[in-house]
Amino acid sequence: MHNIITIAKREIKSYFFTPVAYILMTIFLLITGWFFGSELFLVNEATMRNIFALTPLIFIFFIPAVTMRSISEEKRSGTIELICTSPVKDSEIVLGKFFAAFSLLVATIFSTIIYVIILLILGKPDGGVIVAGYIGLLFMGSAYASIGIFASTISKNQIVSFIVSFFIIMVLYLLDKFMYFIPTWLGSILQYISVDYHFQNIARGVIDSRDIIYYLSLIFVFLFFAWNSLTKRKYLST
Amino acid sequence: MIKVQNLTKDYGHLRAVDNISFTIPKSGIIGILGPNGAGKTTTLKMMTCFMPPTEGTVFIDEKNIYQNSVEIRKMIGYLPEGCPIYTEMNVVDFLYFIAELRDIPKDSVNRRVKEMIDSCGLEEVVGKEIGELSKGYRQRVGLAAALIHDPEILILDEPTSGLDPNQIAEIRSLIKQLGKEKTVLVSTHILSEVEAICERVIIIDRGKIVADASLEEIQSSFHNQNRIYFEIQSKKDADILPEFEAIKGVESLQLFSKHEEDMITKFFINYSKDMDIRPELYNFIKKNKDWTILEMRTEQHSLEDIFRQLTEKGEEVAHA
Repeated sequence: MHNIITIAKREIKSYFFTPVAYILMTIFLLITGWFFGSELFLVNEATMRNIFALTPLIFIFFIPAVTMRSISEEKRSGTIELICTSPVKDSEIVLGKFFAAFSLLVATIFSTIIYVIILLILGKPDGGVIVAGYIGLLFMGSAYASIGIFASTISKNQIVSFIVSFFIIMVLYLLDKFMYFIPTWLGSILQYISVDYHFQNIARGVIDSRDIIYYLSLIFVFLFFAWNSLTKRKYLST
Repeated sequence: MIKVQNLTKDYGHLRAVDNISFTIPKSGIIGILGPNGAGKTTTLKMMTCFMPPTEGTVFIDEKNIYQNSVEIRKMIGYLPEGCPIYTEMNVVDFLYFIAELRDIPKDSVNRRVKEMIDSCGLEEVVGKEIGELSKGYRQRVGLAAALIHDPEILILDEPTSGLDPNQIAEIRSLIKQLGKEKTVLVSTHILSEVEAICERVIIIDRGKIVADASLEEIQSSFHNQNRIYFEIQSKKDADILPEFEAIKGVESLQLFSKHEEDMITKFFINYSKDMDIRPELYNFIKKNKDWTILEMRTEQHSLEDIFRQLTEKGEEVAHA
């Protein structure tokens, strides 16, 4: 645990030493802010619906951009050798990197709390839906982050990591968008695998254990893949 | 004590390290010498538990790299090749980060970091970003990181590459200091480095050990012959070489160069190790009034010759 925190702390610092965190958070707030404002002032509705509908899409770009450097940069610069030869387990490295990305995710998501405050002042939003929406975002974002961490273990090149994680997330996101074209039996399977379907469930205000289990298992599977790919150096050439 | 047993590493079809075995007792500086791509770095990476060998194993104080990997990593301080460090961090933050990874108890972290800054000469750059430092300072930061947990074994992969002569001298004297109480393993392809700091040399070529002995042993095993360099100016004819053949003990003559205008001949005389023919040579030259000695010196077979001979042939020689 101690090692996980040490690695996560360093990683978070490096997000803020480099402009990555600032740029991403600014862009995120700009986009969500525009949609929030337009809904509030043009449609006159006190809801976060638009933001919760949009964020899963923004995250498809946003999270790979956050995680793309986490391990691939260590591989490129050789610092991977530094941490892998200190008494730290590979699993601790993966978890440390994951929690760092998770922290940035939490910071980003909760920077939108200002919208909720505005809504509370101006109208009477449905609190339950908003809380559920935030919980959904956290789970979905974490799942994306675990995919991103996995992608960053497979290459020294950040761009490759970005594209791979973007691609995996995109596929998982789009799975339930083709429901009209496919037989129902296949459709329900695809729907269950799709990330957006589970998020929409939660964002409606229904926190179902099936959705939570889905996200937790996605996180677990990809972190396991990441760990597996990191220890690969032990069996193959690097 | 470090015991390397039948260490082998394959990268796909390429065998980078081929059945290497050696033992290193406590303390002292051991050089691992070899041309680029000989398998030095791979050997060190396996010893530091970065990657496991294809075959064979490494024991450190009866601990095995497979079963006790974390404990072994605790005992070793490692400076990887090229000294990778987080360039966006500043020196102090970086040292604290490594101290934390190395599980240094909270109450002694400050003291250790300070000691490292002192002993590695980092006072001037403490607050600076590592990316802005010169290569010499960066190397010292890497060394400080490798030493911060006071390891018994220090493994340095090409610690002086890319440094200027002053920095090299500084790092070497630091290594020498450390070698008094720790086991220091230095890999290098620079021969003068080995001559300057190491007590024992392991020469690796194409993944195999071609020599493993103390520095003197290696040098003397190649000294079946002694060699003298002469520079002689002659007043008459410049062709003076044949006249030396008659002297007893001379085994062979080797012309280095001949300047016809000022009639200077430069050449080597090889003679057997068992007898010293230098007085005789001197008297012989003195007798001939036409000759003037401009220079006369004993030639050592340099480590460079030995290294080249060993690594070019790729044969097992001088295995002591």
